[in-house]
Amino acid sequence: MSIEKKQNAIIEEFSIFDDWMDKYAYLVDLGNELTPLSPEEKTDDNLIDGCQSKLWIIVELKDGKMRFKADSDAIITKGIASLLIRALEGETPKDVLDAELSFIDKIGLHQHLSPTRSNGLLAMIKRIKAYAMAFNAKA
Amino acid sequence: MNIQNIRKDFPILKQEIYGKPLIYLDNAATTQKPVSVIEAMNDLYFRLNSNIHRGVHYLSEESTSAHENARKYIADFIHAKHTHEIIFTRGTTEAVNLVAFSFGEKNIQQGDEILVTEMEHHSNFVPWKMLAERKSAKLIVLPFEEDGSLSLEKFQSAITEKTKIISITHVSNVLGTINPVKEMIRIAHEADVPVFVDAAQSIQHLSVDVQDLDCDFLAFSGHKIYGPTGIGVLYGKEKLLDEMPPYQGGGEMISSVSLDKITYNELPFKFEAGTPNYVAAIGLQAAIKYLEDIGMQDVIKYEHDLFAYATEQLLQIEGLKMIGTAKKKTSVLSFVMDGIHPYDMGTMLDKTGIAVRSGTHCAEPVMQHYGISGTIRASVALYNTKAEIDKLVENLNKIQMILS
Repeated sequence: MSIEKKQNAIIEEFSIFDDWMDKYAYLVDLGNELTPLSPEEKTDDNLIDGCQSKLWIIVELKDGKMRFKADSDAIITKGIASLLIRALEGETPKDVLDAELSFIDKIGLHQHLSPTRSNGLLAMIKRIKAYAMAFNAKA
Repeated sequence: MNIQNIRKDFPILKQEIYGKPLIYLDNAATTQKPVSVIEAMNDLYFRLNSNIHRGVHYLSEESTSAHENARKYIADFIHAKHTHEIIFTRGTTEAVNLVAFSFGEKNIQQGDEILVTEMEHHSNFVPWKMLAERKSAKLIVLPFEEDGSLSLEKFQSAITEKTKIISITHVSNVLGTINPVKEMIRIAHEADVPVFVDAAQSIQHLSVDVQDLDCDFLAFSGHKIYGPTGIGVLYGKEKLLDEMPPYQGGGEMISSVSLDKITYNELPFKFEAGTPNYVAAIGLQAAIKYLEDIGMQDVIKYEHDLFAYATEQLLQIEGLKMIGTAKKKTSVLSFVMDGIHPYDMGTMLDKTGIAVRSGTHCAEPVMQHYGISGTIRASVALYNTKAEIDKLVENLNKIQMILS
């Protein structure tokens, strides 16, 4: 499934919620389902330190496709990270680089990507893009 | 004090957020503004706007006198001996920077000590740290006790022959502790050390009398006392201010300039380079007048009861731990909840129309003291109600179920 299609699937999934609490309860579930990183994986190199919440991310390239692992001390941050991973997992560096991640806005979570939000999510996207650029250049 | 009438004075409180009535509990960050403040500033722009101090025309004279009346009004409010001991700044942060720079330039030498406490806001920590680095002086940090109070004995023994200035917060923006500043100042003065009081979190909740405290400097921000942003006050004793070199150079702060020689203006203008924020100064006066018209003692009593109620109700929540349990506190309720990240709680409370703050509150050393990454902070002001506290508690319980 292309990134675009995966984004649309997420948007559709979220369209059933007309209550903010339900939407966040779902994000909490997603956060809980995301496999936590082991303590050894939570290195300073993998850390994106927002001033509100911490976010760790591991980016790898396997057989030309990008793979991600992420964790956060805040469950909502983790839930949103899980959505980002779902949209980008298994895609080529070029597709990741070109992807416009409009779904966050469309499901009403854009406030979490505000530069002053300090939860590390914006930095996470930047880091993913930087990796994609580097992988793409090597390819 | 009629709370429903007071709430009507604050237009912003009437709105709904995500379809829920706004419950604003982020007052330690900034307070909302009564109509009288907004109107005072509008009126100035509508009728009187003109740059102050230099004009000979009608508007300039009127706005100059409004600005200087505001200064006089504020001097009376904090019981300053002289009106020229009131310096307008952009806020508390600029006031601390001004003193750290100007007092520091004159009085701090290599090896000297500057004393602050572990509970300071970054604004009352970083400027002193920068001064210490600039002068190869030492910044001494007095730790606080487990309950978030300061020990007077430890304070006394932290003062040495090398201590040249002490800066302490009156009320902690994280712990809510009311520090015994009057007693601390007395102790400091026994050792001839001047004291700067950060009143950013006290001026709106307590009676502040600079002559009674005998503080050497005191600062607060307009926007935390129902006034506009961009204006703050530095009070300083005349003698100290007179001896200090200027902070910034520019218009207003000079009395004459030739190519070889600059003569600085007198107090307070020596420290007010550039066009002052006279509109905000007048807004600040209106804010203080608003408080005084209600009666500061009534405000204090109302907030005291509300704070006690909020503390009691919050502590009923299972797994909630209050951060800062000193005997004397005001306004600020910082807490953590078992297994719940403050960011998650703050984010979800927002969706219920409740504005609180989560995070480190610009006081990371306080977080380090308790080994926590942040707190949830609710802070009350004169327009908050017990019903709002009940809603907060109800939603904390509800969200706790979702998050854990």
